[in-house]
Amino acid sequence: MSEITSTQKYEAEYFELIKKRRTYSAILLGVFIVLMISGFNVVDDRNAGSFWAGITSIFDFPREVILEASEKIEKIPGLFVKFFPSLIETINIAAAATLAASIFAIFLSMLATQGMAKWPRLIPVFRRILDIMRAIPDFVIALILIFILGGGPVPAMIAITFHTTGALGKLFSEVNENASLQPLDGLSSVGASWMQKMLLGILPQVSPNYFSYALLRFEINIRISAILGFVGAGGIGYDLKNAISWGKGRYDETGAIFILLFVTIVIVDQLSGIFRDRLTHGKKSEGLL
Amino acid sequence: MSTNNIETLKSNVNKLFYFKRAWAFGIPIAILAYFTYAFISFDILGLSERGSLKNAKSLVGDMYSHKVHVTRDNRKGDISISIEGEKKGRYPSGEAPEWIELGSTSKINLGNGHLIYFGEKDVVYEVPNYGRIWAEPGLGGVEAEYPNGPLPEWINQSKNRVTITTEAGRLTITRNRTEVFRYFYGWELFFFTLDSQYHGKSISELTSLAFNGELPKIMRDFWYNKMWRHSDVAWAIGETILMAFLGTFGAALVAFPLAFLAAKNITPLAPVRFFFRRIFDFTRGLDHLLWTIILARAFGPGPLTGALAMVVTDTGTFGKLFSEAIENVDKKQIDGVQSTGARNIQRYRFGVIPQITPVLLSQILYYFESNIRGATVIGAMVGGGIGLMLTQAIITQSNWEEVTYYIILIILLVTATDWLSGKLRQRLIKGSLNN
Repeated sequence: MSEITSTQKYEAEYFELIKKRRTYSAILLGVFIVLMISGFNVVDDRNAGSFWAGITSIFDFPREVILEASEKIEKIPGLFVKFFPSLIETINIAAAATLAASIFAIFLSMLATQGMAKWPRLIPVFRRILDIMRAIPDFVIALILIFILGGGPVPAMIAITFHTTGALGKLFSEVNENASLQPLDGLSSVGASWMQKMLLGILPQVSPNYFSYALLRFEINIRISAILGFVGAGGIGYDLKNAISWGKGRYDETGAIFILLFVTIVIVDQLSGIFRDRLTHGKKSEGLL
Repeated sequence: MSTNNIETLKSNVNKLFYFKRAWAFGIPIAILAYFTYAFISFDILGLSERGSLKNAKSLVGDMYSHKVHVTRDNRKGDISISIEGEKKGRYPSGEAPEWIELGSTSKINLGNGHLIYFGEKDVVYEVPNYGRIWAEPGLGGVEAEYPNGPLPEWINQSKNRVTITTEAGRLTITRNRTEVFRYFYGWELFFFTLDSQYHGKSISELTSLAFNGELPKIMRDFWYNKMWRHSDVAWAIGETILMAFLGTFGAALVAFPLAFLAAKNITPLAPVRFFFRRIFDFTRGLDHLLWTIILARAFGPGPLTGALAMVVTDTGTFGKLFSEAIENVDKKQIDGVQSTGARNIQRYRFGVIPQITPVLLSQILYYFESNIRGATVIGAMVGGGIGLMLTQAIITQSNWEEVTYYIILIILLVTATDWLSGKLRQRLIKGSLNN
């Protein structure tokens, strides 16, 4: 008899707990919904055009661009040629910045890893340096450097290098932590210098992972490089801004730049995806889907 | 036979070594070649022409110091004192900081023995270890007398203008006006502007006033500080966070149902899956920048446009990530739920969703974190939040102390969200392991 009452007791307790949990979830959900709706209203108020007015005309701009571009379809290949150098500049900014940042990040990440650091006491210092480099948004550095250095690709390159060094440095130091330290002992026993130990003992272990992360960053940096062009540095973003602020009459240029950028981003994403897949899983033929 | 084997092995090893050596030299050479190419194509040598050292100096100086302008209109004889020469930082007429004595002959003490006297029309500057400089602006230009000896390089003298730059400050005399700059460390008027009665009070005075019931007034004077606009800055930061919040969670809400339609184990129809996957790829591939431009045309500039741009791009990202998470669920749990006679909806609710929730939440948090960073950039493009204030301050090309302030705030914001979302994600992952 008593067994039954005790199971009933447990059952009641269980349902009590479930009820409690459901109430909490409901409250949390309610708070979330209220936040979303009121946040949406606040943002809608502060915007120049309202959401409900804009949603109906959302395809107007793309339609105009497509219409004008298709009217002047014979000019599009010429425009591709015209904007190709700016596209190359945008890609170059991303590539040079990623390359330079990878080199800096390799050294900084080694200096910030236990067991590899040349000056073990300074590990926290190098970690904080990487944190700060990562925290400063690249467009802020770019805008300030444009003021000092004038327009052009250099401010964008330095800005992206700075931020990417921080981002890659953190990823690299995580890779370093998984590397075996035994080769270092072997190299020390034959009297290798710190530089030799890192180059011969660590780099061969970690370089596939480094390369994979650097490629991922390159994908991101191409997008950032285009955005920085839009806020004043060189490259295709700058051309896009000019074409757009001109408005009607140059929508063929806008369309051409849109296509160039989109195709570039997709190609780079796909290529780097294939490479990264090979680096992490070894050579294997896998569908792209 | 075996010697033959050894020979081939040897030659193989030699070949391998040769390749390795070629790589070891080839990679640095390739990198160097690329940098040389970039060096030329970016026209780095031309930087010295385009760049401006003066801009750099004024920027760095502005970041940690400010200057007070003391200006005399040489025609009318009025003296006005203002901080950074801004209207908002001007002292009321007749009032002056303690290092200036106003009178028929005004005395300006630049510190370290540097003294400047404004007379009826003339100016006297007593420079320690050099001597007395006298100057008088007139109709024909500026007349000046210096101590004997060659003119030092820190005095710049021409017919219509005399500029004296010392370590204590700067004196400029032209026909129309006489101006003294004195430099101070720190950001000016950060807490209270000059028209506030609390300006210049020490912390202990302020705390005692605060305890005497003036706290609301003190807070109001600080909050609506006209120079630093603390309330506007706080609002802008809130707007940036709001953009990231709406963008991330809005995208998650849109992507969640669509992800089921793109998951192999839920949607058996391949064309449907293919269709939604291509949509995800498209919204992801067309970058933030392009979506922002397209949406800004429809919705106008503002934070809503920024939030919507994030919704669109992140819908693609989340759609892909979520559908992968759904494909990776354990089928046993679904079978178990099904065996109790659950209907389709119940199977998803109790078989799939509990498995993917921690993964999804952790991904959403990760993107929320990166969107906070992104919201500053998008804010600069669409005109909302702290990004807008930052670009506005940079465009003035003189308020670098404000730029520094905003950058510090952005760094703090980014670091705080990094830390918070790291903590939360750790708990989510640990929690899911305990289950």
